[in-house]
Amino acid sequence: MTILSEKNAKELLTKVLAFSKADECECNLDGQVGGNIRYARNTVSTAGEESDVTLAVQSTFGTRTGVATINEFDDASLEKVVRRSEELAKLAPENKEHMPIFGKQKYLNSKTYFDSTAKVTPEDRANAANSSIQPSKKNKLVAAGFLEEVTSFSAIMNNKGLFAYNTSTNVDFSVTIRTEDGRGSGWASRNYSDYKLLDTATASDVAIQKSKGSVGAKELEPGKYTVILEPAASVGLLGNMMRAFDQRSADEGRSFLSNKGAKDGESKNKLGQKMFDERVNIYSDPQHPIAPATPFGGDGYPRGRVDWIKAGVIANMPNSPFWAKKTGVDYQPRGGNIIMEGGNESLEDMIKNTRRGVLVTRLWYIRPLDPQTLLYTGLTRDGTFYIENGKIKYPVKNFRFNESPIVMLNNIEALGKPERINGSMIPPMKIRDFTFSSLSDAV
Amino acid sequence: MERRDFIKLGGVGASALMLPISGIAVSAEQLLDRPMDVAQKKKLANIALNAAKAKGATYADARIGRYLNQFVTTREARVSNIVNTESAGIGVRVIANGTWGFASTSNMTPDSIAKTAEQAVAVAIANSKFQTAPVNLAPVKGVGDVSWQTPIKKNAIEIPIKEKVDLLLSVNDAAMKNGANFINSSLFLVNEQKYFASTDGSYIDQDVHRLWAPFTATGIGESGFKQRNGLGNPVGMGFEYLDGKEEDKVRISGANIGYNHSYDIIEDAAEAGKQLKAKLKAKSVEPGKYDLVLDPAHLMLTIHESVGHPLELDRVLGYEANFAGTSFATLDKWKSKKFQYGSDIVNLFADKTQPNSLGYVAYDDEGVKTKEWDLVKDGILVNYQATRDQVHMIDQKESHGCSYSQSWRDVQFQRMSNVSLRPNKEDLSADDVIKDVEKGIYIVGRGSFSIDQQRYNFQFGGQLFYEIKDGKIVDQIEDVAYQSNTQQFWNSCVQMAGKSDYRVGGTFFDGKGQPSQVSAVSHGCPTTRFNNINVINTARNV
Repeated sequence: MTILSEKNAKELLTKVLAFSKADECECNLDGQVGGNIRYARNTVSTAGEESDVTLAVQSTFGTRTGVATINEFDDASLEKVVRRSEELAKLAPENKEHMPIFGKQKYLNSKTYFDSTAKVTPEDRANAANSSIQPSKKNKLVAAGFLEEVTSFSAIMNNKGLFAYNTSTNVDFSVTIRTEDGRGSGWASRNYSDYKLLDTATASDVAIQKSKGSVGAKELEPGKYTVILEPAASVGLLGNMMRAFDQRSADEGRSFLSNKGAKDGESKNKLGQKMFDERVNIYSDPQHPIAPATPFGGDGYPRGRVDWIKAGVIANMPNSPFWAKKTGVDYQPRGGNIIMEGGNESLEDMIKNTRRGVLVTRLWYIRPLDPQTLLYTGLTRDGTFYIENGKIKYPVKNFRFNESPIVMLNNIEALGKPERINGSMIPPMKIRDFTFSSLSDAV
Repeated sequence: MERRDFIKLGGVGASALMLPISGIAVSAEQLLDRPMDVAQKKKLANIALNAAKAKGATYADARIGRYLNQFVTTREARVSNIVNTESAGIGVRVIANGTWGFASTSNMTPDSIAKTAEQAVAVAIANSKFQTAPVNLAPVKGVGDVSWQTPIKKNAIEIPIKEKVDLLLSVNDAAMKNGANFINSSLFLVNEQKYFASTDGSYIDQDVHRLWAPFTATGIGESGFKQRNGLGNPVGMGFEYLDGKEEDKVRISGANIGYNHSYDIIEDAAEAGKQLKAKLKAKSVEPGKYDLVLDPAHLMLTIHESVGHPLELDRVLGYEANFAGTSFATLDKWKSKKFQYGSDIVNLFADKTQPNSLGYVAYDDEGVKTKEWDLVKDGILVNYQATRDQVHMIDQKESHGCSYSQSWRDVQFQRMSNVSLRPNKEDLSADDVIKDVEKGIYIVGRGSFSIDQQRYNFQFGGQLFYEIKDGKIVDQIEDVAYQSNTQQFWNSCVQMAGKSDYRVGGTFFDGKGQPSQVSAVSHGCPTTRFNNINVINTARNV
């Protein structure tokens, strides 16, 4: 019952809507089945399998809305959840910002589901973990890793004619391999929709090389450095920046996208302004072949390709239907992925083309310091190396950084070939004048 | 660690069917139902334990959980969301072939429960092929049938929705009238009804309550905007926390009002409005070395990050190496009995028995009776926080009772207990601590926080910063963050206030584990002074 077919989901939701007495009724049905394995100290530690389905019903009378959900699916339960949401709606205060739900929509096709992922067994996971542990042991290193695969479906139906359905799969693998004496640490991760693409041994090799190579790190003085950020190192900063893209907070004067001191008649936000290097192009696209996303959002509105930053210019900002109407612009929902364009250079090529710089594997514990400038702090982790004359010269101690992605995306030296990470596509980036503020003893 | 921001999650508007906490939504009155009595839970738990044993498990535990949450979110004069959630199901954990296995289901029929237990055994057996260190559990004597409840005075879920909405809208009004341009405020209520049964012969029924009422007020000035978060804390209490009694207030001369066992949120919102106006005009800090006086609503997070986490034994041993990280507080330092974690006035203790705290329970999620124990005594590292399968690795025979799972759906594992700093035996006030500081900064509330994966290097901000000159608070300043190293920082601790100033703060969202789970944990401490700490200026032009 956990993963319903489109036909079964439609039948169930039709039955739910038949119970509704509200002006508007919209139902979301979401289910997922997942399995995971965790290992550390070169042996498996915990593992499990989890599954759940939830039906959420939103009822509206006038501008008053209530939401109730349930995970039982007999007729009595279905009617109960509808009545419950209607009772909550009647108790809710009037909402001046209420907007009507959407009618029938057309959706793009996106290939988000892979059968190979849905069929993973506990034995598959154990073998995948073992393929990571064995090479680590052979190298007298210590592996800790995690593999999780999830199969899910999502269906939406309302009484204004909207129906949406999608299935998707996701595989996440990551491994940290440390030296026995704790002086070296390397990390690698993989993220796919299709389990067949996962090769834990190859990924673990990367972590093994970084682990061995990071022993005996030297101290570099904190300061401004040219850095090569691997995709795992920049995805956190870029993700934070994209989450801060929001038209309403910009218009309200509390965003890095606010047009400070705008006079009457002037735009209150920075839409159309150039804020970044012209090589910066960031968009969302549910049909991206490597990092596809569900072609609709939680409100059933279709997702299409939308540019957020085009040639360094702010091209669009997400908003809500209410704010879009209030400000006389189109509704622009958030995308399901972040696709940043890059170049064709590999990471190796980028290192080769660097006279002096620091290679950063990933960043850790990123936290905001100032929402006006998007200044963030955090630390490098699991593989930080000094590059000189096109070669990795030696490992360096980890740094704390205090830097803003706005500055970073203005200081681009080069962009490499994008890779999938966390469901998005991010290129390795060479950035000049990246600010490291102190050293960390952590390995 | 990765914490989720309730306000962002909650403030999604009524049209978004997005529940901030895993669970199913039900009406308020429905939340008060108790659909399953203890005898029924025992019967179902025994089905799981017996099915696991029949398939070869040498140990099994079953957790039947019913997790109720309610959240109300508002902004300015409008309610954004009112949601009640419920999540019920069973999680079965087993040891088979010396290996852990886990499975969970929301389908609570006897057949489904037996199958789930068998699935957990199958996972354990699949993994045992590659197991090289069989699980070694510290013994726990079964306690039979017992029950416990958080000692609340007012069950927050029973308070009418209207009262909660009115309170939050009054909070918003108070902030706006006093200088805020925007405000988001929320109320989050948690009730974990959890039943634990194990093959050791324990049947433990616990009813745990927590509450949090956060707000973020924003002020806009010519040069930009500033934010001020509420200074209340998430607590293991009922609605009585929001009574805001005078006797629970600590007034610091020339600065803020601190809150202890109850919180006057409307007063705090009004203060926030005024302080925002001051923040917009405040001068930017001159970077350099300062003596810092840290108020409990701030220091609790520094304790959490620089003491609570590094002294989790699973991190020390490497079980979290791939995610939360390892620890600088390695076993050799502990074994030496000489590792100077802090100055000799620093005494840090762990417990899950502190009244009003988030971690307060009678038994942990593997049936171990909770207790208090020392982590750092007179500045020396003396112990860690551990679970049943770990304590043998530090030559101890008794688990510390640190096992927790965020829901029936997830496997339990080692989580931070409450970790707190003992107050000065001399009952000094916060003003007493401030009065001897010549050049310092008094920092109030938790702001930006970041620490490396072994817990050496950290950087913390705050909500309010006051310059101290010649023993007196002068003015609010801005753009302050301090950077330090854990051992160096705690060794620079020179003075602290006494028990009258001791306050308990906490977080709903300590994150750890893969798949990641959250846990609520508290930290008590008095106002405390640290000398000669490096302060940086976080303002930047872009």
